[in-house]
Amino acid sequence: MHPLRRKRLIIIIAILLILSSAVGLVMFALQQNINLFFSPTQIASGEAPQQATIRAGGVVVEGSVKRDPQTLYVSFDVTDYQYSMTIEYLGILPDLFREGQGIVAQGSMMANGVFKATQVLAKHDEEYMAPEVSDALKNAQSKRVTVTESALSY
Amino acid sequence: MSWAWFHRLGSPKSFFFWSKRWARPAFLSGLIILIVGLVWGLAFAPPDYQQGDSFRIIYIHVPAAMLAQTCYFALGVAGIVSLVWQMKIAPMFIRAVAPIGAVMAFISLVTGAIWGKTAWGTWWVWDARLTSVLVLFFLYMGIIALQNALEETALADKATAVISVVGLINLPIIKYSVVWWNTLHQGATFTLTEKPAMPVEMWLPLLIAVIGFYCMVMGLALWRMQTIILLREHRTQWVKQEVTDHGV
Repeated sequence: MHPLRRKRLIIIIAILLILSSAVGLVMFALQQNINLFFSPTQIASGEAPQQATIRAGGVVVEGSVKRDPQTLYVSFDVTDYQYSMTIEYLGILPDLFREGQGIVAQGSMMANGVFKATQVLAKHDEEYMAPEVSDALKNAQSKRVTVTESALSY
Repeated sequence: MSWAWFHRLGSPKSFFFWSKRWARPAFLSGLIILIVGLVWGLAFAPPDYQQGDSFRIIYIHVPAAMLAQTCYFALGVAGIVSLVWQMKIAPMFIRAVAPIGAVMAFISLVTGAIWGKTAWGTWWVWDARLTSVLVLFFLYMGIIALQNALEETALADKATAVISVVGLINLPIIKYSVVWWNTLHQGATFTLTEKPAMPVEMWLPLLIAVIGFYCMVMGLALWRMQTIILLREHRTQWVKQEVTDHGV
């Protein structure tokens, strides 16, 4: 390679390396702000700011969703499989909200330890499935459960 | 290894005649492949078990997002070539591809917002993935603005090459944003190492749509290159010959 070109290439690579380490350090320092939500464990350990509007995220615990038949009030538990917390919300939930699904709620912790949400968003994963396949999977799972149950009864 | 082909493509004249041959086949085959992929994906692929039909927007969202990043990667490489080797063709390539990449980034942001409204319940959220793609869109807009703002072509070329190269840092941030931080956006749909987490009748039309987008964009880029080469080389003898022989 021509020495002049080699010199220019080295300068460009050096600038890129310096800039990317600077950007990396900035992002590392701002990690708490870049993360979209706090997990229940982070909130329980006091990592999240108190009495401030924050986002909390986790998986909705199966069987924990309680709806008020008269209003849009709903309460449910979310968990990260270490800690769980109760969230209260008055409003319309997204279509994808269901038990066992990830959600992100914006709001603040109240004194009684309940999280009062002003907005609830549903998370979904990159696993897409045809409805028949998911039904078949569910059937297979429940069949397996009945098989184990019948095996236990003998 | 011989670099002769590389230097040949670097000359505007041989690139012009090469691209004249390939632009139309690339664009037309891309169009056909894209129509096949989209009709299959939008009408025949099964709906998602949770999101129903609204997940079909993936067949536009994912290809556009991939193209937006690939175009930027190409801009970055062209920027390095333009700064180090100072090939004439590299700044022309940046000028040709930047608007295409900007449109792709815009499509992915808009389709993502529409999908987000139906799936997540919000048009926009400042999570790492969405924000870094917005930054990508602004980088494109900055490159286009700079090209048009500076009167002197040599200076404009150098400045845009520098932005293109520096903006490369954003690409790994986009890619790993869903891994490094917790975000509302889900993980990657396609990876090179793993099988996609969806059945073949869902990802095959998506793959076809992606290939169609790539071919179409290649055709568009070659056409834009031809126009830019004719504009910038209008003083040369071969351009005069070409225009008198074939018209513009």
